[in-house]
Amino acid sequence: MTETASTTTTAGQGVGESARRPDAVLKVTGEFAYASDLWLDGMVWGVTLRSPHPSAWIRSIDVGPALKIDGVLAVLTHEDVPGVKFFGLDRRDQPVLAIDQVRYQGEPVALVAADHPETARRAAAAIVVDYEVRAAVTDPRQATDVVRHQPVRRGDTFEAEVVVTGEYEVGMQDQAFLGPESGLAVPAEDGGVDLYIATQWLHVDRDQLAPCLGLPHDKVRLTLSGVGGAFGAREDLSMQVHACMLALRLNRPVKIVYGREESFFGHVHRHPALMRYEHGATRDGRLVYVKADILLDGGAYCSSSPAVVGNAASLGVGPYEVPNVRVDATGVYTNNPPCGAMRGFGAVQACYAYESQMDRLAEACGLSPVEIRVRNAVSQGSRLITGQLIDAPAPLAGMLRDLESMPLPEGPPATDLRALPGGVSQTTRGEAVRRGVGYGVGIKNICFSEGFDDYSTARVRAELVGGEPHVTVHTAAAEVGQGLVTLQAQIARTELGIANVTVATADTAVGSAGSSSASRQSYVTGGAVRAACEAVRKRFDGLPAREALERFGPIEETREYRHRPTYPMDPVTGQGDSHTQLALCVHRAVVDVDVELGLVKVVELAAVQDVGRVLNPQALEGQIHGGSAQGLGLALMEEIQVRDGLVLNPSFTDYLIPTILDMPPMQTKILENPDPAAPYGLRGAGEPPTLSSTPAIAAAVRAATGLRLTRVPIRPEDIALFNNGEVSDGKRT
Amino acid sequence: MDFLRPTTWEEALAAKADRPEAVPIQGGTDVMVELNFDVRRPAALLDLGQVAELRAWGMVGGFCRVGAGVPYTTIIEELGGPLPGLAQASRTVGSPQIRNRGSVGGNLGAASPAGDSHPPLLAADAVVEVESRDRGVRMVPATAFYLGVKRSALEPDELIRAVHVRPATGPQYFSKVGTRNAMVIAVCSFAIALHPGERRVGTGLGSAAPTPRRAYEAEELLARELDWQAPLDPALLRRFGELCAAAAAPIDDVRGTAAYRVHAIGVMARRTLTWAWNDHLGRRAA
Ligand SMILES: Cc1cc2nc3c(=O)[nH]c(=O)nc-3n(C[C@H](O)[C@H](O)[C@H](O)COP(=O)(O)OP(=O)(O)OC[C@H]3O[C@@H](n4cnc5c(N)ncnc54)[C@H](O)[C@@H]3O)c2cc1C
Repeated sequence: MTETASTTTTAGQGVGESARRPDAVLKVTGEFAYASDLWLDGMVWGVTLRSPHPSAWIRSIDVGPALKIDGVLAVLTHEDVPGVKFFGLDRRDQPVLAIDQVRYQGEPVALVAADHPETARRAAAAIVVDYEVRAAVTDPRQATDVVRHQPVRRGDTFEAEVVVTGEYEVGMQDQAFLGPESGLAVPAEDGGVDLYIATQWLHVDRDQLAPCLGLPHDKVRLTLSGVGGAFGAREDLSMQVHACMLALRLNRPVKIVYGREESFFGHVHRHPALMRYEHGATRDGRLVYVKADILLDGGAYCSSSPAVVGNAASLGVGPYEVPNVRVDATGVYTNNPPCGAMRGFGAVQACYAYESQMDRLAEACGLSPVEIRVRNAVSQGSRLITGQLIDAPAPLAGMLRDLESMPLPEGPPATDLRALPGGVSQTTRGEAVRRGVGYGVGIKNICFSEGFDDYSTARVRAELVGGEPHVTVHTAAAEVGQGLVTLQAQIARTELGIANVTVATADTAVGSAGSSSASRQSYVTGGAVRAACEAVRKRFDGLPAREALERFGPIEETREYRHRPTYPMDPVTGQGDSHTQLALCVHRAVVDVDVELGLVKVVELAAVQDVGRVLNPQALEGQIHGGSAQGLGLALMEEIQVRDGLVLNPSFTDYLIPTILDMPPMQTKILENPDPAAPYGLRGAGEPPTLSSTPAIAAAVRAATGLRLTRVPIRPEDIALFNNGEVSDGKRT
Repeated sequence: MDFLRPTTWEEALAAKADRPEAVPIQGGTDVMVELNFDVRRPAALLDLGQVAELRAWGMVGGFCRVGAGVPYTTIIEELGGPLPGLAQASRTVGSPQIRNRGSVGGNLGAASPAGDSHPPLLAADAVVEVESRDRGVRMVPATAFYLGVKRSALEPDELIRAVHVRPATGPQYFSKVGTRNAMVIAVCSFAIALHPGERRVGTGLGSAAPTPRRAYEAEELLARELDWQAPLDPALLRRFGELCAAAAAPIDDVRGTAAYRVHAIGVMARRTLTWAWNDHLGRRAA
């Protein structure tokens, strides 16, 4: 996306202000061009044939019937992959197209290109694959193939006056972005390929693509296309290699766009988790020890499971001071859908469990949910369970007090049906409605951890255009809807004092920006843009911009920016300074529950988050609202239901995400305690609200119902049938 | 795929008679989804959008006759008085966009057990007017219309022209359980209609059996034992709920379990009867 700003002053458009998004009007009016809108004359359409089985040998593939169909231009299998036949973010374990076997339902088996997408689909259906179905491993507890096991060990006292234990389960959440996977591959005259693509990280796509295509990196050029949401689901490759293979084979532009159903099979999901926790504390509620077993189902391929496991381990007890710890986080391979990155990345699942435990502990100690958390809260100078010192502000206790003192909404409940559980579906007019309040706290690492060389590159050029100073910012950072294009321009305006800023379309003509994930782009690409601007400003030699540019001509500088280094976790003890920055968010949820029908209305969410420094108030609020909504979805409705390795609900008819009538109004309080190590003192903000809203809502539902509710999403029957005496423990049978 | 665009009802019937395999399309909110998801590949679409009369409603012989193409929005805005149950159900359908296009005729044509218009049509003794060029009009009671999951009494050469529903003479309620507060397909649903003149109560169950259905035994219980002058007897209310639940024969699926659906039908039956009864007594007192 290219932004051309026409303002002549920086007023209202610099760092700290709610600068207007260049894509705002286009998106609201439906004119924004997403990757699915890509079009080139003469392009043909690619379609993917996928496995219907979670686990099978492939005896043979007969592409003959497909090739006979009019309009079909090519049918490719693994034999046609020009280079390396595997890819992967962490380990190259995923075949571009299935080789002799399939390991999950939806695994790509063959590709078809045709002059019409419908023809391509019919041709794909005509391919005859002879499968020999074999037993699938679908219960992660039975899985023997471990992706990563990460222990954390600290102290040796595992006895306490008060002990609470619990088993918790988190279902498989989907990122549910609205713009399906899409890309257009265009063969180039030099034998290379240009790929226009909706992704989160252009360069890591290229690092995987080029070897598969058997091409040097410089012949594989990627340009970011309009991204309709990401949330982690675009970190892994989907159709990138496929489209390029077809384009190179046919020497024609090839477009692939997934449908909604295919999209559910075309990207990784959030790891479902089974967790067992034991918390020991003194009678007055001070944590003595925590033991935790966290089992994450990584599905058929590695994806980013190792890093997800690392987060689950290092953040597995939450932002609490715990002297004695025995945490084991394990990710396993199964024949379920592959799981990988999703907003919150390994910290979400553990957060639901440890916060549920804190509530139980509060009850056991006779303390309020806020009090138990305040008594154990970390602060600047505390150590994580990995031994890492929290050296930046972490005012958790104060945040909890702030949250507690926010006014509670009135009620219960209004007479307007829309304010009641069930809404206009009119299931209650107040009967059996009980109110509950719950709290949740979360801690998330910002930027990549565990020794990853995490950097971004920015090229900034200042010049006179029509006599006016003008700045172009060029990075490879993916705008996925979070507002990064806007922010880059804000930084350039503030640093250079020049109002006219163009943010060039992100592509691989400039160095890597790293991924638009881990809440890291404001920090790392923001840091790179600022550093490049500073370098340009230095060359102004103290002159005002216009004079400097008149005297010296165009000035261009490129800078890489790295955050403080991180280090691996010890494989046995988990100790190590594995994170560079930590962020906190706390939520209070107020819910009304129809305890007889099990329907929930979230009445209000309140949040306090410390962001170090607000760069764009409106965008920040959007992140907090959106993250909270995604956490609400996990608490109450969002789940990919998988039985025997088969996905049961790959559609928006049955994979439910919150609507505007499910998401309540929010009160937010944003704190600015700067992190001295970060550009502008900022703290990444996109993920933390996703963590804490889920346990807060679950706690509120527990408060309303008196049930233990050890699994999210909480389903109506978990509440209704329990009260009806048909289910014995408040868990799903 | 052929796209047939009749402009009159007669042309539409002729087109359907000549091409029984043609799939009618009114609002398209079911048909287009099926096409998108590749559920079917009809040889022809029969677009009813040009047949203006289908989008009109009027009073005929003491019945409210609602054209098959009347969108939910119109029902909500104009028919809340005579057809309160259907209007309430319409209010729960999809989103504003879907309600602007979706129609009762389309809901009947799809004959999904989860269709929201079915329970209030059953509770209010609606009759479906269907017609073919060669055999003319048939008036099919709603109770005889639903034959199986997405199967109806409609013959291949027939089209739905309208539904006929007597204007309410007593309170009516519709209630629908979904896992979110809007834009949701029913996990299960329930409709009730009081017919004080006949001292009778009608019911309709949605998403609780292979077809929408009435809870006959529950209706008979009330016909036998309800004292129309008195406050509701709690024991009778409970038995009514039990019999409505017993009328359900649901399945486990991604939207909910059979056990939950049975339970929820019982709860909705008790609640809606209570609301209706309060209205009934209030109305009598007024
Ligand atoms: C996002 C979304 C949400 C939805 N939510 C709900 C909901 O909450 N509740 C609900 O009940 N439904 C819901 N639906 C389904 C759909 O909107 C309804 O079934 C609607 O009533 C269909 O009406 P239509 O006019 O759009 O039908 P169409 O799609 O045009 O047709 C539906 C069926 O009826 C047939 N048909 C149409 N008119 C005639 C006729 N005159 N004679 C014979 N056959 C005919 C068609 O051939 C087709 O089989 C939803 C759909 C979507 C896409």
